[in-house]
Amino acid sequence: MAIDAIERAAKGIVLTVQDYSLFAQRAVLNLFRPPRYWTDFLIQSNIIGVGSTSIVLLSGFFTGGVLALQSAATLSEFGATAVTGRFVSLTMIRELGPVLTGIMVAGRNASSMASELGSMVVTEQIDAMRALGVDPMRKLVTPRLFACISMLFFLTILADACGILGGGFVTVVMNHQNGTQYFSMAWEHLRLPDIAQGLVKPLFSGFIIASIGCFYGMRTTGGTEGVGRSTINAVVFSSVMIIFADFLLTQVLLKLFPPL
Amino acid sequence: MTETPASATPAPAAAPPPDAPVVVFRNVSIRFDGPPVLDDVSFTIAPGETRVLLGPAGVGKSVLLKLINGLLRPDHGSIELFGQEITAMREEDLFPLRTRTGMVFQEGALFDSLSVRDNVAYQLIQERVPDDEIDRRVHQVLSFVELDNTFNFFPASLSGGMRRRVAIARALIHQPELLLYDSPTGGLDPITSTTIVELIVKERDVYHAPSILVTHRLQDAFTLCTHRFDPEKGAMVPLPKGHTDPNTTFLMLEEGRLIFDGSLHQLLHAENPFVREFLL
Repeated sequence: MAIDAIERAAKGIVLTVQDYSLFAQRAVLNLFRPPRYWTDFLIQSNIIGVGSTSIVLLSGFFTGGVLALQSAATLSEFGATAVTGRFVSLTMIRELGPVLTGIMVAGRNASSMASELGSMVVTEQIDAMRALGVDPMRKLVTPRLFACISMLFFLTILADACGILGGGFVTVVMNHQNGTQYFSMAWEHLRLPDIAQGLVKPLFSGFIIASIGCFYGMRTTGGTEGVGRSTINAVVFSSVMIIFADFLLTQVLLKLFPPL
Repeated sequence: MTETPASATPAPAAAPPPDAPVVVFRNVSIRFDGPPVLDDVSFTIAPGETRVLLGPAGVGKSVLLKLINGLLRPDHGSIELFGQEITAMREEDLFPLRTRTGMVFQEGALFDSLSVRDNVAYQLIQERVPDDEIDRRVHQVLSFVELDNTFNFFPASLSGGMRRRVAIARALIHQPELLLYDSPTGGLDPITSTTIVELIVKERDVYHAPSILVTHRLQDAFTLCTHRFDPEKGAMVPLPKGHTDPNTTFLMLEEGRLIFDGSLHQLLHAENPFVREFLL
């Protein structure tokens, strides 16, 4: 009995991974074949990009502030508070900016994608779309996927900038240190590979958020309760996958761009 | 930035003869998790024919309807739509074929975020028909379902009956060659149900498009068979006593199996115990 249950669960996982892979592949390939729905791409870019700006700015600012507070306390023991700016900017740009932005956007948009598409599935709107001769993958999924990838890239840049500003605010106003020193340290020790590392990650995070959000939405079953389940799965799996992908990408990128 | 229009309907490889069936089911079976939902079902829909699919709830009527235009795939058997075998057809090849059908879903399945105008014109918008032409055709088809005043409304502000009528308008706007009605009167009060049935009779007698109507309401099925649309009165009128519409015939499902296929007269005189029980 127990072995049967394990076997069923294992088969279920393999089947889900297989379905997800085919789903994501179709969503990407649709961009290279007409029809393309550019208007939907712009609408989704507005919803994901503009709609997420405030939460990304605030979370970036406060994360930078916390980093400055924590690092200054530790660095002061070594008489190295002068490098707070360098610490905050490198940490924000290489790691926390992309990951936190990804998780914030996942919480807001993976859930909305899963619930919106899930509601459309259970009310037969997806079937109606197919019956009207329109491919829901092209009309609903592909625009969301590419809008999320492109918007997450820009949102991460905003989060990085706000994080550095937040660190600067804490350094000057609360730690009473020199602002010029903070910003010059933040800027001078920044290398192109650091920026590249920080800007590659959101491309993957954006893909993960939209593909998982849409995947769980489109395979919703079981009425309104099923919509709730899909929404939870979308947020949980996309958040975990963002951190997992970050772990893998960091290893690859550190090999490509070794630290000095 | 503009949208790339959806691909146009390709011409069929070889046009079927005009009297060829619009839909052919041959030994179709499908199951999900459990016993078969449909088991070895065979029937046809001829041009100009209206078929009423009867059966209790949960017997596989909606599944059968979704199989007709390829929204679901059978496990066994073959399905022909407009002379083309669709069982193994790729999804992207099915889209142009589906634009030749009109489907009315159980609850209407209107797009919540779009106005009635955009819902009804959905197919035309995808085909990038000019706005003036869209507005003209939407007004025309909304007048047909007597809802022209809802042009700018959103689905949330419509009653259940109005939603079904808008769904019928959406199905009709492209002048489909086959209409699929999935329980269009389900959950409606008797007066609204009669309004919907009257629209279906009107469509049948004005456009003469073949159709299949799924219902578990015998009253609707009999009304459809014993009435015609009078264009002079602009209303549905009963046929003379003892007369029925010769192109309206019946199918009945019991636990996934097709147990009846014939006219109203044959239905009323069927000896199958399930049919007799259903008619009581």
